[in-house]
Amino acid sequence: MRPKVQFKGIREGLLVTLSDGEWSEIELALMEQVDAQADFLKGARLILNVENHVINAAALGKLRDQLSDKGLSIWAVLTNSPTTETNAQALGMATRIYQGPVVQPKVSRNKDQDGDEAILVHRTLRSGASIKFDGHIIVIGDVNPGAEIIAGGNVVVWGKLRGMVHAGANGNPDAVVCALGLSPTQLRIGEKIAVSPSDGGTMQPEKAFIRDDKVVAEPWMNQGQSK
Amino acid sequence: MAGKVITITSGKGGVGKTTAAANVGAALAELGQKVVCLDADIGLRNLDVILGLENRIVYDLVDVVEGRCRLKQAMIRDKRLPNLHLIPAAQTRDKSAVSPSDMIRLCDELREIADFIVIDSPAGIERGFRNAIAAADMVVVITNPEVSAVRDADRIIGLIEAEEKGPAKLVINRINPAMVERGDMLDVDDVLELLAIDLIGIVPEDESVLVSANRGVPAALNVKSKAGRAFANIAKRILGEDVPFVELQSENGFFSKLTKFIRSGGD
Repeated sequence: MRPKVQFKGIREGLLVTLSDGEWSEIELALMEQVDAQADFLKGARLILNVENHVINAAALGKLRDQLSDKGLSIWAVLTNSPTTETNAQALGMATRIYQGPVVQPKVSRNKDQDGDEAILVHRTLRSGASIKFDGHIIVIGDVNPGAEIIAGGNVVVWGKLRGMVHAGANGNPDAVVCALGLSPTQLRIGEKIAVSPSDGGTMQPEKAFIRDDKVVAEPWMNQGQSK
Repeated sequence: MAGKVITITSGKGGVGKTTAAANVGAALAELGQKVVCLDADIGLRNLDVILGLENRIVYDLVDVVEGRCRLKQAMIRDKRLPNLHLIPAAQTRDKSAVSPSDMIRLCDELREIADFIVIDSPAGIERGFRNAIAAADMVVVITNPEVSAVRDADRIIGLIEAEEKGPAKLVINRINPAMVERGDMLDVDDVLELLAIDLIGIVPEDESVLVSANRGVPAALNVKSKAGRAFANIAKRILGEDVPFVELQSENGFFSKLTKFIRSGGD
């Protein structure tokens, strides 16, 4: 029989897998483990894998409060039960541990075909939205103030860019940012940070890149320019 | 009866959610609809005060949810409009006293007895907001023509879309046509261009709103109040009437902008 509570460190935090069985017993076992390793676990961010347990919001809230007394927070709850998932979300917990709508390309591509990996986001990014990707990011829609885009490569926005954008986030100074309307709250390329001119930008298609160690924006027309 | 649940929310505080809930509720009731206003701002209730019903509260929302009274016992009938009822929030508890599933259950029951259930949401994006939109058939986002309120409205619209309660409808409250003309205030165009959702009301800045709130008589019942008429028009639009945005027509230069967004705002 597998243990009632298993801990495993993963990138996002501490993954706690709870076995099937009576919830009250599992809960008790979890709290015992937490008590036993209080010093080690203090401040940990937990990802609770409760599998098939159906946990109501009150029980989940209680567990969160108990853990919070010990200095632990529940960041996410992984579950097969839609009820538990809804309850966890209502309590402001994540229910999936991969972040953002990062879609890995499924279609395999010709090895000798040119091109880099990119994701396409076909919606308006409102305040609070965040898109992060190692490759290029293409948005069809607006990027509103309060939204952020962080790309390892280039960023292309087919719409108005008014949020925060970081191209070449891994330190690549050759990255570019293009938008039909370029008026970002802040624009970063590689290590450079720039803000829009105080007149709010011209709202015409522009391309921003680094030239002579400065971020510059030019009308986005000269398609012949190699980049 | 299959009532419709309308949640009024904003993200930012102080933009006029409670005022809008009271006035839209009252205006719908005056148009002959049976309306229940539900105050979801547990711990910071105000809707009872705006409606002038504070001294009649016996039971509240939390009492219903926790089974201390029947639903109808918590419904306070308005003294002027027999069609208008209020279920007040509890003042001595907090948002965690109610869950989204409680709200869904409660609203299912209310749909049987009312045409419209108007929910006044608390400010913020946490539990209280989630409670308020859990049962919504229609979400109305209120904003003011100022940058911070529009920013918060944008965030809240995103959350409403994520909860699959969208697309939300927009009301721009407290617009001052004179200031807009001088270029000192965001105009309706600016707001709509960013938020890109359907507009169902423009409410002008109006002192009579404050006066009527203090007296506990919704401005929508006062035909002399400009803001009151704007709220009454919102109620008509909710009922599916095609009411043109003409309140501010007399203000020169403003209406020309209005006609522009009506054509382009149907995104």
